[in-house]
Amino acid sequence: MKRILRQLAFYLCLLAIWQVIAELRIWPPYLFPSPGSVLEALQAGFADRSFLIGIGISMKRIALGYGLSVLLGIALGFLIAASEFLEATLGGLVLSLQSLPSLCWLPLAVLWFGLSEKAIIFVVVMGSLLSVTINTRAGVRHVPKIYLMAGRNLGARGWLLFLYVLLPASLPHLLTGLKQGWAFAWRSLISGEMIFVSLGLGHLLMMGRDLNDMSQVVAVMAIIMAIGHVVDRLLFEKLENRVRHKWGLVGAA
Amino acid sequence: MSEIPAGTGWPKNKLRLQNVTRTFATPHGPLTALEDFSLEIQGGEFLCVVGPSGCGKSTLLNLIGGLDRPTSGEIWKDSQRVDGPGTDRIIIFQELGLFPWLTVLENVEFGLRMQRVNKTERRERSRHYLRMVHLTGFESSYVHQLSGGMKQRVALARSLVTEPDVLLMDEPFAALDAQTRDLLHEEMARLWSATGKTIVFVTHNVREAVRLGGRVIVMSFRPGRIKSTFTITLPRPRNLEDPQLTLMAREVLAQLKEEINKAVEEEFRHEENP
Repeated sequence: MKRILRQLAFYLCLLAIWQVIAELRIWPPYLFPSPGSVLEALQAGFADRSFLIGIGISMKRIALGYGLSVLLGIALGFLIAASEFLEATLGGLVLSLQSLPSLCWLPLAVLWFGLSEKAIIFVVVMGSLLSVTINTRAGVRHVPKIYLMAGRNLGARGWLLFLYVLLPASLPHLLTGLKQGWAFAWRSLISGEMIFVSLGLGHLLMMGRDLNDMSQVVAVMAIIMAIGHVVDRLLFEKLENRVRHKWGLVGAA
Repeated sequence: MSEIPAGTGWPKNKLRLQNVTRTFATPHGPLTALEDFSLEIQGGEFLCVVGPSGCGKSTLLNLIGGLDRPTSGEIWKDSQRVDGPGTDRIIIFQELGLFPWLTVLENVEFGLRMQRVNKTERRERSRHYLRMVHLTGFESSYVHQLSGGMKQRVALARSLVTEPDVLLMDEPFAALDAQTRDLLHEEMARLWSATGKTIVFVTHNVREAVRLGGRVIVMSFRPGRIKSTFTITLPRPRNLEDPQLTLMAREVLAQLKEEINKAVEEEFRHEENP
């Protein structure tokens, strides 16, 4: 309760400072919108459904792109961890590709897929796939040998050993990968949409810029932040806490 | 064969190791854990193996369990050659290897699940063995919520549930306090006489070995060979305070000490010129 109050006070102060700066008119309102005008922009955006449509389109893209990344990334991570050869070859490549901002793929994506949904999904996948892969690989590598020995000892072999021992044993790392992958996917999507202009939240943001409507720009920024935060906090943090609790990684007596 | 529990004249489940050698490649060159190791273990025997750290005790169990293969030599169980893991030979590891993502019941069920035993039967058989190790009521706990002794019991139940013929135990009680260990010794003796399983029990605790085993072998330090064998004929149930047991333990310890000293010397040599 105290924490919530403190946070509330903090945000109220922030809003007040923002309001005061806006009131001072150092910059004209179209350059520095007040909290009130941003709120109006938010209301207007939801009222004419443009924000809802934007959110819907972005969510569809992220679901597809992120979903693909998770499937491919986990598979790739396990493959790399399982094979010395892949580790030595692909493992290094994955690490260097990870340092590449996903937006760098946009020119190629547009060439390969045209101005289509596929191109933006591709950028999202390239943004998040690798961190899922890297963390899965690390997860598998960190699985204590004893679990595998115990599994084999109790009759688990091949596919069963993978499904019932290796996969659950690497879950804590895997979740970190999924969380990181989500953050990368969300950033890639929005920046992709801003350049690649075809509906979605990123596009709405750029529309605000083109119309010199900074209230809309800030309003869309707020929505992007809110969605990112909600998924991170409500989904991943809950999942992580559950796993950590179950495994006795926190608060173990 | 006075050591085999009455009424269970187990002619089966006999283990035979023939000239088994296991060499590992290490950065400092090859390391021979076991060399030309031959041993016969009778069906239903409780064999304890003592030896200094690094004498190949764990290697021995892994080989019998089929998790590791000999560099040369052969291992037989009855008329079958051991060439892989099998649920007829279950190892209880020192670190146990209980799965933290599963509940106690799910851990115990694991072996049956791998055998695709249906859920009702799985539950029933697992509950039976949990009762046997006095863990009824902890079915839905997670591993980290249990004490050391309870974890041991879960590992025991998990190993017994697939009804193995041979139990291979790798210093299972090393990390426990004296009281818990004493209690588990009693339970082991009880389980052994109730089930008539062949048990190979590795430990560095000589009194534990003498208390539990029908035969105790002392292994030499690197490469692991059998240094001496003791047949323990003390009547059961045995008590740690029994002076005869203490005498016997002293004899075994004398043999073991020589090997421990060798191990320590070896370590010193390594520290001086690694």
